[in-house]
Amino acid sequence: MTEKQPTASGFVLPDLEVPETRGFWEGTAKGELRVEKCGACGRRRMPPRPMCPACQSLKREWEVMSGRGTIWSFVVPHPPLLPTYAELAPYNAIIVSLDEDPSLRFVGNLVTSADGPINEIDPNTIQIGEPVRVVFHQLEDVHLPRWVRARS
Amino acid sequence: MTRGIRDRTAIVGMAQTKFGKGLEDSELSLACQAIAGAIADAGLRPSDVDGLASFTMEEMREVEVARNVGLGDITFFAQISYGGGAGCGVVGHAALAVAEGQCDVAVVWRARKRAARSSRVWMQTTRRLSDHYQWARPFGVIRPVDEIALLMRRYMHEYGATRDHLANVAIAFRKHANRNPHAQMYEKTLTREQYMNARWISEPLCLYDNCLETDGALAVVITSAERARDLPQVPVYIHAYAQGLPQQHQTMLNYYCDDPLTGPAWACARRLWANSDIRPHDINCAQIYDAFSPLIPLSLEGYGFCKRGEGAAYTDDGALEWPNGRLPTNTAGGGMSEAYVHGFNLVLEGVRQLRGTSTSQVEDAANCLVTSGEGVPTSALLLRR
Repeated sequence: MTEKQPTASGFVLPDLEVPETRGFWEGTAKGELRVEKCGACGRRRMPPRPMCPACQSLKREWEVMSGRGTIWSFVVPHPPLLPTYAELAPYNAIIVSLDEDPSLRFVGNLVTSADGPINEIDPNTIQIGEPVRVVFHQLEDVHLPRWVRARS
Repeated sequence: MTRGIRDRTAIVGMAQTKFGKGLEDSELSLACQAIAGAIADAGLRPSDVDGLASFTMEEMREVEVARNVGLGDITFFAQISYGGGAGCGVVGHAALAVAEGQCDVAVVWRARKRAARSSRVWMQTTRRLSDHYQWARPFGVIRPVDEIALLMRRYMHEYGATRDHLANVAIAFRKHANRNPHAQMYEKTLTREQYMNARWISEPLCLYDNCLETDGALAVVITSAERARDLPQVPVYIHAYAQGLPQQHQTMLNYYCDDPLTGPAWACARRLWANSDIRPHDINCAQIYDAFSPLIPLSLEGYGFCKRGEGAAYTDDGALEWPNGRLPTNTAGGGMSEAYVHGFNLVLEGVRQLRGTSTSQVEDAANCLVTSGEGVPTSALLLRR
């Protein structure tokens, strides 16, 4: 296995200093799930990027979402994986479609609480279409969006 | 108006090294062996070669290949990105260059020592991510298999596809490999029971939904149709080629568009069929990129063999199996059972089918569709005799 650890915690994490995405991660640190919106035509886009594909404007704004959505798909990874993830496997990874616009999707994990482990929920109980809401979990200096069952 | 490069060029030579794990030869040596072999197979001399095309992921630079093999003055060289999506595209670029007179004899190759664990690209994730992988890898969607499994789970939900359909794919290709002495899985059979009891890799995908890991190299030689007719091998004409990078596509993590299950194959197929006299229902056999089994139903739909959502059911009743299936597919075993050399082995099997030398030879095969990876910006070839 690799002896190079991805980060101090062993988790792969985003670079927080990228101009296009910094505002997103500043939002999660404040407990906000932000989506980028064109400053000219108002169209939302995910992931964040410099130019609006609809009107080519470079003006960008952040819009705070409700943090509610539904599970669009999910997987249960098993080893071989990077060491930190292999220790947690099998765990779940889900894709969430946001209620505001189902074509806005986020990859994440379904957990029972913000700081709960990603392997706590029985994968056999996860269903596509389940309503979820966002929570935030701190790893090093990053606040990752995660998801709990909306009715739990 | 006739569009495209229709039959103006042909594949006239090909060669491959042995496939295996932990081959001693270096990637450069493997590349040189395949290239020199392909040139000899074509009845040409190394100094006749004046064009090169390769994958951007190819680590053997043109200068090294040309110096070692003793190639002539190279007047065309090009590369295409996106790994498994590139294979048919590099052949297409070489064919375009020959057709337009930028070179006369072009070589396309892929050499890879993949079987070492340390060569897995995803294992080399070593730092904070600034690219689009930051939206998936922190959450444990780390490997290509996780990324494709997310699409497949959704596909199963929408269309009622099951693991039995994916087993159809894995078993068909294994049967073909069991007839191909060069295949890594030549001596290993695969039953439905073995498939169903296999260990998970990323649920809903198991071990047998994944391609092999292979050391090896392959090369083909392309020249003009006129020159091809004077050479020793049966010319295999490049009837059409196309590439596809659809609107708002995101490579591998294609979750950020209106319809993630409509991938690059659809865009590629529109151009391919538009530039062709052949239609999907005319195709005699296919070599479809299979890094993962779900790419087969998705590609069958994208290239127009069936409608959206019907790709899984298409695989029933041995449809992909030689000799009686309606579309014998990956007749040397494909990436899942012959070798995984970024899909380039599929090009060579397409050539063998039209030379009449496949170990699972489709009777009177007059054409073959070859595709590169679905899920990434892709490419495809229509080959004919």
